[in-house]
Amino acid sequence: MPSNVSAPASGERRHRRSLAGHIERVLPRLVVAPSLGVALFFVYGYMLWTFLLSLTNSRMLPQYDFVGFAQYARLFANERWHVAATNLVVFGGLFIVSCLVIGLLLAIFLDQRIRQEGALRTIYLYPMALSLIVTGVVWRWLLNPGLGIQAMVRGWGFEDFTFNWLVDSDMAIYTLVIAAVWQASGFVMALFLAGLRSIDDSLFQAAALDGASLPRIYTRIVLPSLRPVVFSSVMILAHIAIKSFDLVMALTGGGPGYATDLPATFMYAHTFTRGQIGLGSASAIMMLCGVLAILVPYLYSELRGQRHG
Amino acid sequence: MANMVRRHTTSARLWRAGLYTLLIVAALVYLLPLVVMLLTSLKPLDDIRAGGLLSLPSTISFEAWSKAWGSACTGMRCNGMSGYFLNSIAIVVPAVAISSLVGALNGYVLTKWRFRGANLCFALLLFGCFVPFQVVLMPMARTLGWLGLASSTSGLVLVHVVYGIAFTTLFFRNYYVSIPDEMIAAAKLDGAGFWRIFWRILLPVSGPIITVTVIWQFTQIWNDFLFGVSFAGFDSQPVTVALNNMVNTSTGVKEYNVDMAAAMIAALPTLVVYVLAGKYFVRGLTAGSVKG
Repeated sequence: MPSNVSAPASGERRHRRSLAGHIERVLPRLVVAPSLGVALFFVYGYMLWTFLLSLTNSRMLPQYDFVGFAQYARLFANERWHVAATNLVVFGGLFIVSCLVIGLLLAIFLDQRIRQEGALRTIYLYPMALSLIVTGVVWRWLLNPGLGIQAMVRGWGFEDFTFNWLVDSDMAIYTLVIAAVWQASGFVMALFLAGLRSIDDSLFQAAALDGASLPRIYTRIVLPSLRPVVFSSVMILAHIAIKSFDLVMALTGGGPGYATDLPATFMYAHTFTRGQIGLGSASAIMMLCGVLAILVPYLYSELRGQRHG
Repeated sequence: MANMVRRHTTSARLWRAGLYTLLIVAALVYLLPLVVMLLTSLKPLDDIRAGGLLSLPSTISFEAWSKAWGSACTGMRCNGMSGYFLNSIAIVVPAVAISSLVGALNGYVLTKWRFRGANLCFALLLFGCFVPFQVVLMPMARTLGWLGLASSTSGLVLVHVVYGIAFTTLFFRNYYVSIPDEMIAAAKLDGAGFWRIFWRILLPVSGPIITVTVIWQFTQIWNDFLFGVSFAGFDSQPVTVALNNMVNTSTGVKEYNVDMAAAMIAALPTLVVYVLAGKYFVRGLTAGSVKG
């Protein structure tokens, strides 16, 4: 009965193997667990925490006697918040549209078998590697009326040339658009270029054989197939716009007055320098709602697209 | 037919000339701020006051650079950017290393050791890419205080690791998805375990994605301003915060050449990385966007 003799040994081995197997089975979960824990606490927990703070009357320090939605009522009655929210719509809208138009045109032009394409691409894209603080500092210098572009053009003999948007509270918001578009449009170009390169060449050739003109090919065939790229570009750009903080701090400091405040700078000023933590938290939650308003439809369409594809 | 071809070539030639002109003009516009920044940083102050953004310096002087590095005032202190530059390095190196390693492991598990709920887990992590950081500032400030990490370099490392994991996990997951599962299955049959498969099979082919992730994280963390200005103390401020303070210091004569030299100093590390490894930088930027 050899099998009888070997039975205990093999049982032990099986036991050991199953222990190792057990560790092996939970190990993957153990490896991901810390990250998940971190996300649950530092992302979801903090969202809840900030929401709770937004329901309190916290000023210099967080405290927890709840006042319901009073801070939101204060926020919507706040003139400065209205300026910040309006600015975000103006800045975000112009920023996104300009980046899309410039990015798309550059990508289409670069896609015409251009010599030195790599060098040009590098030049269009390099601003994206810079800190927004550096961008802000440089453009503040360029837009400075006394010594910047205005002074240079006047020096060329155009004495009446005026370009003083940086110190004009009606126009200062557009300086943010200029600097932000300079920084991000090359990135949109790269996205569009990648999209253009993935379009089948035979589509072009077929259309050209049918006698379609180049603009017609682009508007009828290329643009519709770039829809997903437009979609994700808008998503990313909107996200950049909502989070914009560094650029405002470095370029205009929110000024003149609070003419170029954005929700991000409003939140920072009230939370950290004006001792209005409750109000600042309410503004942060509004920003989160803004992001979700963009993100949820985007994810919804992405997931639906995946299911269909 | 011949007529059509000729018309095609003349108009094509015009079109191409216009095309090149446009592209080159655009390139000059994109380059202008960098050129002005560099020229201004090399000019003596008298040249700057004389005007002409694009005029060449009368004498090339590196004085502004050495002042920006060693003795310019940032707020109350006048030690230049050097200390803050080192702070940034002290923050960036551990934060990039830790977040990339964690991201690699997460990506490995979420693609090759899928468990029930792995997709939900990934979705929960991914939201970290989108959360507006304003929502986490105040709670994070409190937490860092309790942990005794307020105003410290380690605190900033922690913050950058925590909010970097979402991106690094996304990068590695999208990359490891394309590595055939058969390779893993074969290794498992040969008796290789969890760590062995990671070290012997996945890491050796991860070169490109490691480069992409490290460059992305390096650029993000080096360029960060919001976390730096919210959580750093005087001794742990990163270079972006110091630059902003320097430019906004209003005591004495405004030295534009020093400001521009300081901006160049803050910009150089990421610019150099971009010039050397631009291909990977683009890939990192487009990874999360084209593929979703």
